[in-house]
Amino acid sequence: MPSSNSDQTLLNNNNNSNLKPLGIQKRPMYPQQTPMPMAQPMMNATQQLTQIQPNQQLNSFPGVQQNIQQQPQLQQHPKENLQHENFSQQQQLSSSMKNLTLNNSNFPLQMPSSKSDQNLLNNNNNNSNGFTLGIQKRPMYPQQTPLPIAQPMMNPTPTQFQQQLQPNQQINSFPGVQQQPLLQQQPRENLQHENFPQQQPQMSASMKNLTLNNSVVPNLPLQMPSSKSDQNLLNNNNNVKPLGMQKRPMYPQQIPMPMAQPMMNATQQPTQFQQQLQPNQQFNSFPGVQQNIQQQPRGNLQYQNFPQQPQQQPNVVHQGFNQIWGRETIDLMQNRHILPQTKVTPPPIKLNHQFHEATNCSSDIFRCTLTKIPESNSLLQKSRLPLGILIHPYRDLSNLPVISCSTIVRCRVCRTYINPFVFFVDSKKWKCNLCYRINELPEEFQYDPVSKTYGDPTRRPEIRSSTIEFIAPSEYMLRPPQPAVYLFVLDVSSLAQQSGYLDVVCQTIQEQLDNLPGDARTQVGFIAFNSAVHFYNIAENFNQPHEITVLEVDDVFLPCPDNLLVNLKECRELINDLLQQLPKRFANEHDNQSALGAALQAAFKLMSPTGGRVSVFQTCLPNYGPGALQSREDPNNRSSKDVQHLGPATDFYKRLALDCSGQQIAVDLFLLNSQYSDLSTLSGISKFSGGAIHHFPLFNINKPQQVTEFQRALTRYLTRKIGFESVMRVRCTRGLSIHTFHGNFFVRSTDLLSLPNVNPDAGFAMQITYEESLADVKTVCFQAALLYTSSKAERRIRVHTLCLPVTESLTEVMHSADQQCIIGLLAKMAVDRSLSSNISDARDVFINATVDVFSAFKIAQNLPSGASGLIAPQNLALFPLYILALLKQMAFRTGTSTRLDDRVFAMCQMKSLPLDQLIRYIYPDFYLLDPLFTEEGDKVDPPRLQLSAERLDSRSIFLLDNGVNIYIYVGSNTNPSVIKNVFGKNSVNEIPDVCYSLPNLETPSSESLQEFINTLNEEKPYNATIQIIRDTSPCRNLFVQHFVDDRNENSLSYYEFLQHLRTQVK
Amino acid sequence: MGFSFSAFSYITALIGDAFLIFFAIFHTISFDELKTDYKNPIDSCNSLNPLVLPEYLLHILINIIFLIAGEWLSVCLNLPLIGYHIWRYKNRPQGMSGPGLYDPTNIMNSDTLSKAMKEGWIKLGVYLLSFFYYLYGMISSLIAA
Repeated sequence: MPSSNSDQTLLNNNNNSNLKPLGIQKRPMYPQQTPMPMAQPMMNATQQLTQIQPNQQLNSFPGVQQNIQQQPQLQQHPKENLQHENFSQQQQLSSSMKNLTLNNSNFPLQMPSSKSDQNLLNNNNNNSNGFTLGIQKRPMYPQQTPLPIAQPMMNPTPTQFQQQLQPNQQINSFPGVQQQPLLQQQPRENLQHENFPQQQPQMSASMKNLTLNNSVVPNLPLQMPSSKSDQNLLNNNNNVKPLGMQKRPMYPQQIPMPMAQPMMNATQQPTQFQQQLQPNQQFNSFPGVQQNIQQQPRGNLQYQNFPQQPQQQPNVVHQGFNQIWGRETIDLMQNRHILPQTKVTPPPIKLNHQFHEATNCSSDIFRCTLTKIPESNSLLQKSRLPLGILIHPYRDLSNLPVISCSTIVRCRVCRTYINPFVFFVDSKKWKCNLCYRINELPEEFQYDPVSKTYGDPTRRPEIRSSTIEFIAPSEYMLRPPQPAVYLFVLDVSSLAQQSGYLDVVCQTIQEQLDNLPGDARTQVGFIAFNSAVHFYNIAENFNQPHEITVLEVDDVFLPCPDNLLVNLKECRELINDLLQQLPKRFANEHDNQSALGAALQAAFKLMSPTGGRVSVFQTCLPNYGPGALQSREDPNNRSSKDVQHLGPATDFYKRLALDCSGQQIAVDLFLLNSQYSDLSTLSGISKFSGGAIHHFPLFNINKPQQVTEFQRALTRYLTRKIGFESVMRVRCTRGLSIHTFHGNFFVRSTDLLSLPNVNPDAGFAMQITYEESLADVKTVCFQAALLYTSSKAERRIRVHTLCLPVTESLTEVMHSADQQCIIGLLAKMAVDRSLSSNISDARDVFINATVDVFSAFKIAQNLPSGASGLIAPQNLALFPLYILALLKQMAFRTGTSTRLDDRVFAMCQMKSLPLDQLIRYIYPDFYLLDPLFTEEGDKVDPPRLQLSAERLDSRSIFLLDNGVNIYIYVGSNTNPSVIKNVFGKNSVNEIPDVCYSLPNLETPSSESLQEFINTLNEEKPYNATIQIIRDTSPCRNLFVQHFVDDRNENSLSYYEFLQHLRTQVK
Repeated sequence: MGFSFSAFSYITALIGDAFLIFFAIFHTISFDELKTDYKNPIDSCNSLNPLVLPEYLLHILINIIFLIAGEWLSVCLNLPLIGYHIWRYKNRPQGMSGPGLYDPTNIMNSDTLSKAMKEGWIKLGVYLLSFFYYLYGMISSLIAA
């Protein structure tokens, strides 16, 4: 019984907690919410819709094809070579200019000397593919000089040339002006239209002559004002161009270099311009013959020939560069169904020849938002993309090389582990790839443990594999490896009894006791709490467990020094007894107070000597003793736009978590609440101690599917691998540094994470910043080293190394972005923003990030400002789709009624889920199952569909997989034979409203569905629960709510969102 | 030769400012140690947090004495810093129960760390400058008296 004294303190405590939230509320320093970002756009979007129509017609070319060819890898291009090329080009130029007898006073001045030509190249080079040329200094805008080169080609008539030449700006704006070989365009927004009226008549004439294989072409001149048609015109213009140069040798034969070069220099620009502008390349739709022509310094160029126009010089250069740069872009407005049918993969990492054979870390484990690192911060800023790494360090791996050696080879200075991307100076020395220091190689490293021979160090597994595990020698231990210690802290208050969770937990633990990871030293303990803390003394010599209750919760103490944590093997019987008795023990007590804080303090005291894992099961708001909380949620405010109380009410749990972290204790929280339990405060206990948070809202033992789900999650939790007393250090190449960390851990120093426990379902992210320019390096490496004690008391180090090339070209940066990784990082950043500011700011972050990226891409591609489409690189095509899904995700949505705990849990998930699970959480996988049930022919994998109700069909069966649940949606007009084969029912209507299992029938259809579900489950930590939903069922909404591409009352549809983006993109 | 109250105020300010300089130096050293990985952020924050309010109070005390002495210029020169202190403390990380500004869980965020570092250096500069200003004020008020 609490003494009067403790009552006093209790009151004090209550007072404190009463006051505190108020103190927080009174700090509305933050800017008032800006008017809802989505509302405005919605209006715009609908207006836009009508405006856009004409353009859309225009863009819909018949037979448009996307150019999906991969660009070949390019080599660095020596500078001398370049000069040479320029020189020959010049001669060519002057002769062509003479032929044209231009009457232009500017002309002599603009005659490029070889020196100025070089300058010019440098100038033009800005923001583009410098890597081919190796030019590094690149001032901003192109000068006028190149005009004479391009002009004669573009417009064979001198008069027109003059017309266009006179105003300087026009010159600059002309797409053919720039002559950098292999370089991309400058941003020149304006003025393109101005040029066109002059070109128009001529072009249309020539187009007629050419009988292009494009039905839209004749209409084009009429459609001048749209920029899209501008591009089309240009296209045609390019086709025309070669007519003026018929003396040139016919392509596609091998061209002698000096001749080929000027051609390319002069004509490639417009081509390239269009190639990138316009995914629907007309040329590609020609049934052309493709020929490969090796061009020496350049690598592979592909040329296409047009058999229809033998008289015309095929525009080889266009095609060549199209292929080389092969940067597929896509107009999102035109391609609404952009989700690929197969898995979305990150862009491949292309390292240069030095590390060509070295295998990079798997993208499941280690991913960077950019697969090519910009060489400087300013370039990164131009791309508007976030730079960061996502890592899933303790992922379950099937084949992980494990090495046991006496000395682990590391860099002397920066302590980097030797990895496949180091440089061997000779057989005795290696150069660190992070700090560039040269290190000695120990003798034993020459020895190859696989072949048992001495010799080449590159055969060592450390050099072969970029994910490797070392068994650490004793210098990696501060203390002897700890045993596996598991403490279960169970809520036994009246709400807990009502939910009946205790039966499930005790039963599951009992079943899995043998499967707990550990060795002979494994220890287990139990604490129960309501308004008091109950300890269980499970000493060997007792014949049944003794319960010791501590009522003094304000200053909780351990009632007996030992036997609270006992050896699992030795006390197996007693533990079984306890687990059987525990659910009934409190069944008749109606204590609705919950002293979680005190129980956690007790757990901390109990675990301090060893460290280990505390699993807390909580069903209600802790309202008694230390760390007591008040209900802060206003249920009427659940759909308000201004979400409050996302931050903690008290730092009690955080401080306790820091103490735990110091003693190598991790606290995992299972919240099975039926009412508000202030997860935002409680989550602190897991967030900062490296724990995991699980949430089963409205849990009740009478809901069988919830019980199954909880059991599966708990079984996975109990049996998965675990690493104790671990730290993770992330190192990166000199010049970069880690800026912000995301995940559940405590940051102990600038690059060191303290993780009392590490589990295979935890993901981490780090934002990266520049400390210095990377201009002088070709690759950048990140290395994550996780040092942990395995459950078998071995000290192990798991090292992952990721190596990425550096680029100086903005276009390459944009085309190397990894959309899923960016989404993962943005989601984490937005959670931080929601906590530090508010949800609307976080939502703005998403929209602004998208707009910025597309604007940056537009500038990088030099698209005209008024372009009608929304052009995205192929690798960012899904970006708006995911962003929209995030905006409608439980964590960030506004307007829809969302319980605060659910929202906070969704935010915790954003922060700590590994990327593959996170993406499925944001944008569930949606499949059309019909191909599985076809009777004849080969069975193909079910295609993935976008999450839109327009894809639903009453004659088909669909499957939606959001990671935790799998919903099978059966259309009411589905073929009865399929229903019979798959569900064993005669008609759709026989399927019950609530159906959680799939019958195991021995029909091919049922088997293939089972097989498909099994493959889906393989990627998950535990099997998803299955629910079958008829399209007439009342729980249809469970399924339909996932359709994030569709419009609902307070959010945009995908297409409207694109419209909104388009209006915002400058 | 009288010993005016304004001279007294400058003398107190000098002494107080010497302490403030120590505080600022201690801050910068602590953050530098954090940056170079010598110290655990929990320990650092625990040692820094109790010093934040005394520093602010000492600074305000000096200014109250100036106010009493009628040294308006000195008060005006110090007003921005007082304002900054109040703003800074109002915007401290959410949910901290104890006094102080630094939260061990986000201090290692490189933005926060570099901001705190910069703040330390700038304050050190300000206190040093004001030290010489107070010295000058003390001498001139002694001479005037």
